[in-house]
Amino acid sequence: MTLRDLINKLLGRQAASAGMARQRLQLVLAHDRSDLNPELLEQMRREILEVVSRYVEIDVEGGDVSLATEDRVTALVANLPIRRTRPLAESGAAAAATDSDQDPLGNDQAGDAAPEAVATPAADSTTDRETALGV
Amino acid sequence: MSAASSRFILICSGKGGVGKTTLTANLGIALARQGARTAVLDADFGLRNLDLLLGLENRIIYTAQEVLAGSCRLEQALVKHKQEPNLALLPAGNPRMLEWLTPEDMERIAALLGEAHDYVLIDAPAGIEGGFRNAMAAAREAIIVTTPEVSAVRDADRVIGLLNSENVKPIQLVLNRVRPRMMANQDMLSVDDVTDILALPLLGLVLEDEQVIVSTNRGEPLTLNSSQSPAARAYTNVARRLLGEEVPLIDPSKERQGLRARIGRLMNTKIF
Repeated sequence: MTLRDLINKLLGRQAASAGMARQRLQLVLAHDRSDLNPELLEQMRREILEVVSRYVEIDVEGGDVSLATEDRVTALVANLPIRRTRPLAESGAAAAATDSDQDPLGNDQAGDAAPEAVATPAADSTTDRETALGV
Repeated sequence: MSAASSRFILICSGKGGVGKTTLTANLGIALARQGARTAVLDADFGLRNLDLLLGLENRIIYTAQEVLAGSCRLEQALVKHKQEPNLALLPAGNPRMLEWLTPEDMERIAALLGEAHDYVLIDAPAGIEGGFRNAMAAAREAIIVTTPEVSAVRDADRVIGLLNSENVKPIQLVLNRVRPRMMANQDMLSVDDVTDILALPLLGLVLEDEQVIVSTNRGEPLTLNSSQSPAARAYTNVARRLLGEEVPLIDPSKERQGLRARIGRLMNTKIF
């Protein structure tokens, strides 16, 4: 926050608009460049959530599948917070959980998901749980 | 000079009214004044205005269409500028034209212009349809003109996509109608915002300048009379950079001096 933002806030004035312009542009350009219409994107989002939730229980409310763009390259960015993995996701999950102390990824940081997390080590190996697909 | 070493530069923006034709006229004059033999081709034959900005509206007799049809020679159709003989204008056509030009026609006319000119500037029509595609066919490189506004930047992005797919390169950016005070107040997209979003190198930065309107009223581009107005200097610098000279870009925040500017900078420091 800048001094200007603070003063604007205290006086109840509108915030400077350049930041909004930047954000709106980045979003609209991501759509323009990928040539995906919002309907198709919504369908893809639903299917991705469906596939992912077969393996792990995800926080649908806090999740986000959107297009992002940088240097004229558009990426599909899915940010799906994982509540916990499904106990039934893999039959081998229970067996794997017993030797979690050998897990090189240090899964014991994963809170309540610790025993199950071994089934999907990739899910908690990244702190921000971001997955990106190039489109 | 053969067509092989001539430069064919498309001046385009997507959105209308951002300053394509003004840039073409000023750049044409500035290049000619630096000694480069320059032709400006008005590819917008539906709504042509380049003749008006150059003050040549009463001297047009033929267009590229008659040249292509063989009913006149190129030299007859070219309109030489009175004060700046290194500059010539060729309108692609007129609004009453019966047959529309094709991309092949535009390539042919550009090649003809390249035979006796070092620079061929092609003033593209607004939009991304047929007229723009015709203009693009005649070009090897491009200058995108945009303003720091969401609609102009979005349209510029579409045009860049088309130029990329047709392998027109390099593509350089001229950011027009910059208002330093609004930028300092963060009420206008910054120069970095625009260059980051469009991912293009910056060829020029033109400040908002009332003298531009005065000069169009007169039909005398600002670069014609060694004007020292901010826009005139910016256009001349674009020409010098095109010719290969290293000219530093202006810094919009330094364009404002005094106490108010200093308070403005203080207001933009991050506090938490």
